[in-house]
Formats: sequence, structure tokens, C-alpha cells
Amino acid sequence: MKIPLSWLREYVDINLPSAELAHNLTMAGNEVGEINDIGGTWGNVYVGHVISIEPHPNADRLRLVTVSLGHEEITVVCGAPNVAQGQRIAFAQVGANLVDSHTGETETLQAATIRGVVSSGMVCSERELGIGDHHAGILVLPEDAPIGKPLVEYMGDVIFDIEVTPNRSDCLSVIGVAREVAALTGKTVREPDNFYAEEGDPIKDMINVEIADSELCQRYTASVIQGVKVGPSPLWMQNRLLKVGQRPINNVVDVTNYVMLEYGQPLHAFDYITLIGGKIIIRPAHDQEVFVTLDDAERKLNPPMLVIADAERSVALAGIMGGLNTEITEDTTTVLLESATFDAINTRRTSQALRLRSESSSRFDKGIQPELSAIALKRATKLILQLAGGRVCKGMMDAYPQPKETPAIRLTQPRLEKVLGLQVPVERVNDILTSLGFSISKQEDSSILVTVPYWRVDIAQEDDLIEEVARIIGYNSLPTTTLSTPIPAFQPQPDRELREQVKDIMVACGMQEVISYSLTSLANLEKTQAIGDGIQPIKLANPMSEEQEYLRTNLRSSILSTLAYNQNNVREGIKLFEVGRTYMASQNGTASERHSSLPIEREMLVGVVTGPRWSENWFGDEGNLDFFDAKGILESFLSQLHIQYIFEPTDGPMFLPGRCATITASGSTLGVIGEVHTQVLERFQIDAAPVALFEIDLAALLQAQPSGTSQYQSLARYPGAYRDLALILNIDVTSASVQIIIEKSPLVARATLFDVYEGSGISVGMRSLAYRVLFQLPDRTLVGEEVNQALKEIMAALEKETGATLRNK
Amino acid sequence: MTTNNLLRNLEELQVKALDELKASLSQEAVEQWRVAYMGRKGELTQVLRGLANLDPEERRIVGAAANIVKALLEEGLAETEETLKVAALQAMAEQGRIDVTLPGKPISLGRLHPSTQILREICAAFVSMGFQVLEGPEVEFDHYNFEMLNIPKDHPARDMWDTLWIDHVDEQGERPMLLRTHTSPMQIRTMETMQPPIRVLVPGKCYRYEATDATHESQFYQVEGLAVDEGITFADLKGTLYEFARLLFGADRKVRFRVDYFPFVEPGAEMAIDCFACNGEGRNCRVCKGTGWIEIMGAGMVNTKVLEGIGYDSSKYTGFAFGMGAERIAMLKYGIEDIRLFHSNDLRFLGQF
Repeated sequence: MKIPLSWLREYVDINLPSAELAHNLTMAGNEVGEINDIGGTWGNVYVGHVISIEPHPNADRLRLVTVSLGHEEITVVCGAPNVAQGQRIAFAQVGANLVDSHTGETETLQAATIRGVVSSGMVCSERELGIGDHHAGILVLPEDAPIGKPLVEYMGDVIFDIEVTPNRSDCLSVIGVAREVAALTGKTVREPDNFYAEEGDPIKDMINVEIADSELCQRYTASVIQGVKVGPSPLWMQNRLLKVGQRPINNVVDVTNYVMLEYGQPLHAFDYITLIGGKIIIRPAHDQEVFVTLDDAERKLNPPMLVIADAERSVALAGIMGGLNTEITEDTTTVLLESATFDAINTRRTSQALRLRSESSSRFDKGIQPELSAIALKRATKLILQLAGGRVCKGMMDAYPQPKETPAIRLTQPRLEKVLGLQVPVERVNDILTSLGFSISKQEDSSILVTVPYWRVDIAQEDDLIEEVARIIGYNSLPTTTLSTPIPAFQPQPDRELREQVKDIMVACGMQEVISYSLTSLANLEKTQAIGDGIQPIKLANPMSEEQEYLRTNLRSSILSTLAYNQNNVREGIKLFEVGRTYMASQNGTASERHSSLPIEREMLVGVVTGPRWSENWFGDEGNLDFFDAKGILESFLSQLHIQYIFEPTDGPMFLPGRCATITASGSTLGVIGEVHTQVLERFQIDAAPVALFEIDLAALLQAQPSGTSQYQSLARYPGAYRDLALILNIDVTSASVQIIIEKSPLVARATLFDVYEGSGISVGMRSLAYRVLFQLPDRTLVGEEVNQALKEIMAALEKETGATLRNK
Repeated sequence: MTTNNLLRNLEELQVKALDELKASLSQEAVEQWRVAYMGRKGELTQVLRGLANLDPEERRIVGAAANIVKALLEEGLAETEETLKVAALQAMAEQGRIDVTLPGKPISLGRLHPSTQILREICAAFVSMGFQVLEGPEVEFDHYNFEMLNIPKDHPARDMWDTLWIDHVDEQGERPMLLRTHTSPMQIRTMETMQPPIRVLVPGKCYRYEATDATHESQFYQVEGLAVDEGITFADLKGTLYEFARLLFGADRKVRFRVDYFPFVEPGAEMAIDCFACNGEGRNCRVCKGTGWIEIMGAGMVNTKVLEGIGYDSSKYTGFAFGMGAERIAMLKYGIEDIRLFHSNDLRFLGQF
């Protein structure tokens, strides 16, 4: 809401600098987002009088304009087509700071020679003064503008742009803000005198008002003014409307807008002659009713959208916009002026359904009290009388089926102290509330009964009054203390703790964390996952774009997109991980239960590694990150979490055949790892290969984690013995299965694979695996005989279960 | 030979041997020298063997002299060997010189996303004040996201949260589910499942139907706080948030509270810290836009309607709640100018934190 200081001053005395006033308003809840100081830069600009115009001797399109500032006359070169003798204009002398029409930059005016004629000054356009975009012609001032007066004194102003919160609809008006200013600065508000004489015909002979639904229209007041002369509003009113961003139309319509801005009550003016049957009916729209609003748009209405109708048809969309059929025109002579109270929720729903918001609807949908309608009606009637002439019909039409009772709220001292942590003397509380327009109807020792002024729709309970007291005292004057209440008992959050640990381990493994959007497109999900049975992504009803229409069902697509995005910016290897949620429709219960329960949000870890293992270097190490780099990271990760894991070969649709494994722990699947299939990489336009990716379900990981803290194992006190075991095996025998057999021996502490060999010396279809085996017991030293015996037994088991033979030297 | 002759010969041998030792500059030469004098057939060895043929008196005199010569030669030999060894090690070490200015072998460093870093920092600050970190669902019911927070359907305050709705309509023709627009629904879920004393902190992703620009994102992290108990006041709210500002932005930070409106609190407030970029002096400061203050979070006393909606006795319990955008805090702390960078996942951005 834009509030010009000059307008505000009409209702309250202001002695504060505008910045300080803005600060006070902001601190008390009406945030001043911007202060527009109109004329603050207008030094050396005056109201001038064009006394003569001569042709420029050397240019057809330029003229020599002589301007009087009262005490001196100056001739300048001017190119504006609309300059004319006798005009009052804004004249800038050398040294004035003006906005350059072309660049928009502020520049200091200097004397210049234009086509041989010296020009020391300028007749200004709106744009040059920084008050509008108009720059084709000069700004022409009213005929009564005082010649020689500094322009800032004549038309300078300060405009506060206030971000009114939804609860304070009263501050969507100049008087509302004036009331705030008054309470904050200890002044009183002067409301306009709305008295006028009623000299027209009796109103009851002119119009009959009927409210069909008193819930949707609580009050309807109207006046009729006969014999008006529609024409432009006076400049003072046009200027005020322009300053707050409202386009002047004609004196009658301008008055309705002006009073809306002044009091916050939207009004509407009908051309009385166009109303059929002398009737106003406030009723819900008919089914599929078609109505043309003032903006010449055809609207399809349905109940309970509320309309104003005459005897035959709708003439306005209640509280939102008038109808084209009854609008005020130049020929209008009798005006029916409406000031009514429409239901907030219904107005809001209608305006949302029709996608039609107006200054009027955005006030009604925040709630307006019925008291205001009569006050605003009188104000607007009086202004129309002043600006457009005519006679007001006798009696005000006032349909108010169920007058509202004014609520009274009890405010107690103990509650005030309990909320604010501060004792405020009763007198101070009374003063504050009174300054805001509240009245204290009853006072006891520690409590008061407070009546809320009609304009404060936001005050409904005791704590609302406490906020009023606090905000006038100022939050920064309230005490500041630390919590002294007991600290709640600790409650473990194992899933959260595990996730943060997962992130730390990933980072320790050299992985960079990324965070992607949870919303994505179906097409992007389908690049890595078959969508259909079992995988039903959650769809948004109102997505911002097709790219963000579905909640993701996997993190693979996001991280591969991230990889694609980065591949051209980074020359070294890329190692990324993300921990985030996937979202799937609930699978439990009946179809309707599934649809009405929240989706399952599963937290997943996903990682990718690709690119050179080393950045470009001088020491000659090279090679690309691959499956085994990713697996190494996962192995470190799992052992850091003390999880016993198994990798088992598998084939997954998004991975290359034979380059994919599932990870299981205590019989349940933790996730999957593999090299991403070339086809999948192509879908993401990823050039690099291989790309190794892993995905772990954090809930499964939490299940697999051993309960309790891992316990200390005493250090080995007895020496061990190493033996090397070089085996020849069929190529299908996995190294994991060999390892398990070796480590089954009770004497073996550990077996380490140190060589894998295929090729010359080994038959085709076979390969050699070599292990270094450590034999060690925790309680005694082993003798050579025992070790040799154990080795024999291991070899026998290997031979039996895998067909392994010893590799000849 | 006379005793004197023998002694003279010994003396000559000693001089000659030590001179030759001095001239032996390699380990090989020293070894040859040792064999020549002290080997089995060495000159000194011969002399010592010859002692046996002397008469006892002569043997005593010459023997003593010969033993002195032997000791001198052995001492000389040891010294020379030590010198040569040191020289050899030194020479070897010299050959091992490297260019210590060559780059080291890189260890690839992982980093946490700046959002994670700032969330941890924010959480740690409140944990130090006795708050417990909880989390909640990102897909929420309208019931928790709005209704229970004193934002009924068709309330104008709903305009404060542009909402992304889940494509599902219930029997009443309403859309019951949405992407949470703030972490505040966890206030309700917490109070439904816990009893005072309550002090919780809820970080999490939130979503809004919002055109993105340098300061607006459709997905962002929010951190919600809630404290409910008997005897909690607005003064406690101020003190708690003041301490937070000091922990996160420095011990000499000042804070400012102004009135603001959120339907689920009353009184409602907005907290600002004094501008750390210009210390309140920069008229053209880009961080505070010349106001000297940076608003960082909304807060207030939990509205009695919210407490009563859950079934709490609002005459007994009071509480405060607050909420802040984590990216905004990170942007202020790290001087990031565009919020869209957080989800760009550009490694040139992420690598800076």
C-alpha cells in the first residue's frame, strides 16, 4: 500500500523526519519497504511560466522558449512539441540534477550551445524529474501553480510503500496508517467531516434493496445523487490517485477509489438510469450465469458467487468488479453509490475461481466490518457532491439484517506478565489501548474489559491485546532473558545420527556432497528406472513446469544429471554423493487408504565416481576411476559403520552386464553398485566412461548396524605365521567364495588377495588367484606343524568345493 | 739385530704406515693398507711374530713398543674408516636431492554441501541451549501445514505461502496433501506426541510455488524451533534468539525485534541482526541495503489457538516458536549472492566450502 506523506498529514500531525517515521511504522508491524522521496533531488528546479515562444533560427524542430521565474526571465532551446505560451512548467536551472531521458542516469544540467544558440536551463518532462516514464513532451503544471516557487515545495512528496500483513486490513487505507502514526507519536487522528444536506427526492422512491443471503452480504448501504456532472476530477485528487498508482477516470469513479484508499472500504457507483426496475438484489449467481465485467471480459458465474442484480439481470460482481451494463459514463446524471459488506471467504473464493483480483476484492477478502460501510458511504457521497455537483436523495439506504455486536475482551495483568515477562502498569496499558482506539469499558484490580474499535478485525483474543501493548512499548524495550525452564530429556534419533555419519564418511572418502531438487520430470526418472508397477511417482496438481511435475522415486537420475552438468567444467575425476529422500505412494491398505495417506519418504544414499583417478600430474599415475574405486569407497564406508557385508554379482537394467553387484548384510539388501550402462549414459549425454554408481537404503543400513557400541578387542599377543597360496581356478569361481573357504579355517586370522592373473602359462577359461594367509590365534603361539596341517585342510576344501589346484612354480 | 735397531725399525714402520694410511682415500685402499700392515702377513704382524725369537729382556722392551705401534695403527684405521663412511653417506645423500617445489601427490578431498554445513552450525547452536533436533515429512497434510496452525482454508494469510499441491482430491473435493511450505507443521506433530517441557529444532526441506530468482527458490531448507513449558515468556524468546545470533554471527552482534504477523504466533516478531558487512554505516551497503539491519527470521509466542487446538491448557503453558531460511543464513555468512547456486550443484561453487 502506497501512502503519500502529504495525504497522511491531512489526518494527523507529523513532526518526525520521514525516515524516522518509516522506522517507527516498521518496528510496530507496518513494514515500510521503500521510501520514495519525490522531489528530493529537485534542487534548482522551479515553477516557471512560458511567456513567449520563437522559432529557432537554425533548426526547424527546435524553438526558443522564454520562461519567467517571477524575478528573472530566461530563454532556452526546447524540442518538446507540447510547449505553449502561457503554460506553467517545471523549469530546471543550470546545476539541477535530472534524469537523462535516454540513459536513465542522473546528470547535472550544464549550459549548452544548441545549433548556435546558448541554452542555460531546461523545461522538464516527467521522466527528467524522475516521476514518470513520459518524456515525449514536457510536464504541464496546473494554471494556479505559483511562479518562481521551488518545485519540491509545490509538488514534492514522500511516498511510503507499506507491506501490510494480511491481518491488518485496516492499514490498507490512509486513515488506518494515520491511526498507527497517531498511536506511535502521541497525536490524535482528525477524520473528515462527512456532513451534507440531503436535497434530492426521497431515496425510498428511487430504489429498493433486498439482501437474499445475509451471510454473504452482511450490510448494504447506498445513496443516490441526482443531477451530477461527470467530468475529470480536480488535479489534487488526480495527483493523489496517481501517487498511489491508481489511474484517474472521472470524478465519480475517482471518488469511489479515493474513499477506498482513504478508509479502506471499497465502493461502487452505478449509473442509476441503467438499473432496471428501481431494484437492487444481492443474491448468489445463477448456475452458469454469464456476466460481463467492467474490463469487458465475459465471466461464467456459479453459486455461491455473489452478484448485485437489478430487477432483471446482474449488474456487478459483488465486492470484486462492476458490470459494463451499468458503468458511469460522461452522460450519467444520477448515480447510485454502493458501500456494502461482503463475506471475506466467498469473495476470496470467487476471485480465485475467476482469477480476478481487484483492489476491492483484496480488501474484502481480509474482512471488513459492517460499521465502515455507512461511514465511507457518507464520505464518498459528500465528495461526489463537491466534485460533480447534484443533490443527494433524502435518507440513506441501509440494509443491515443482523447488526453485529462489538466484542469486548478481558485483559488481565497476570496474563500480560506471563506472556511478555514484564509487568506493565495498568495506566500505561490503558493509555496504549486508548491511543489505538480501544475503549476500556470496565476496570478491576488486575483486569480490564476492552472494547475493540470496528476497524481492528484482527483483535479477537487476550493475547492480541497483549501484542498491541508490546508493539507500542516496542519489542526492543521488553526484557531479554535466557530460558530457565527444565531441559527436556534426551531422545535418541538413530536415523538422523546415522545420516550425518554417512555424510561424514563419504566426505572422508573424498566424495563431494550435492543436493538436488526433489521435483523432477517423468522423463528424467524414466532414464534410470522403469516407471509403472510398484513405482508410481507422486504427481503435483499445480506444477510450476513439466521439469518439476513429479516427486523423485530415485536419486540416480538427479546425480547423473549433476554429473552431466559438471563434466565439461571439471578436468579431474568427479566423485559425488547425495543423501536425500525418495517419495512413493503408500502400498498399505485399501486403494482409498493408500491415496489418503502420506507417501513413503525413503532416505537414500547415492554416489557416482568417474573420470581420471588422478588429476593431470607429473608423477605418471593414470587410469580412470571404475567399479573397484566405487566398491573400495563402499567397503571403507561399511567397515567404518562396523557392518559385515557381502557383494554378490547381479544384473540390473541400468548397469553394464556383469558389472553390477548387490550389497547385503545379515541377509537383507542394503543397495546396489555397478557401472552405468552406456545406453543410460547416452540418455544423460554423459561422455565419460566408466561411470560407477552406488545406491544404499539408509533404513536398511540402520537395521544392519550392530546394536550397541563396538567393543575393544585385545591386541594380538602371540606371533602369527604367513603362508602364500597361489591357486588356479575356473574363471567363474568368484574370489569372494575362495576367500570364505580360506577364512573358515579356525587358525586363519585373515587372507589377503594379492594377485590376479590370466594369460600365458594359464589355460584359457582359468585364472590364478594368490592369497597371503595369516595364521594366528589369540591365546597361544602356533607351531609349524599345525600351520602346515591347516593349509593342507584348506587346500583340500578348496579343491573339493571349487576345483582349485596349486599353481606350479 | 740389536734392540735399538729393532726399535728404530718399528718407528720407521709406524711413520711409513701412518703416512700411507693418510694417503688412502677409498675404502679399497684402506683395506689394502690393513692387509699390508695388519693382515696375516702384514709387516707389523711379522714384527710381532718375530718377538718370540728374542730373549726375554729384549722381548719385553720391543714387545711393549710394538704393542704401542699396533694400537696407534688400529686407532688410525678406525678413524680413517669412520671418515670415509661419513663421506660416503654424505655423497650418497647429495645424489638424492629433489625439487621440493614440485606439487605433492593430490588426495581428493570431499566436502559437505554448504547447506549441510550451515544446518549443522544452526543445529549445534540450539543444541547447546538444550534443544533437540527432530525431522518430519516433506509431503504434509493441509491439516498440519495450515489448519492446525490457525490458517484455515480461505484465510487471506494463505497467500503468504504459495503452495504446491499433491494431485489427489478427497471425498470432500479438497486436496488434503501438499509439499510443506514451511517446517512449522512439525510444531503440531511435536506437541501431539510429546509433553512439555518441549525444546525442539526441526531442519528440513520446504517447497513453494515460486518463480526463482536470485533471492527466491522453490525448494529450500528451513529450520523451525519450538519451546513450550510453564513460564516461558517473550523475553525468553528474545534471549534465546539473541544467543543464537551471537553464536552464529559473532559475540558482538546486536539484534533487533520488530512486530510481524504469522497466524500461529501472537505476539509475532521478526528478528534482525546488525549488518556485519557495513556495521550499520554503509548507505549503499548491498547486504543490508543501507538499513543497517538484516532480517533473519520470524518468531513469536505460540498462539493460544494453536495450543488449544492440540488440547494443551493455554492458561498453563506458554511457548515460543521461530523459523529461518537456512540458505539465507548461509548467503549472509558466506557472501553468496544468488540462492539458485545452492541447487546448481556446480562443482566450482561447491568446491569453495
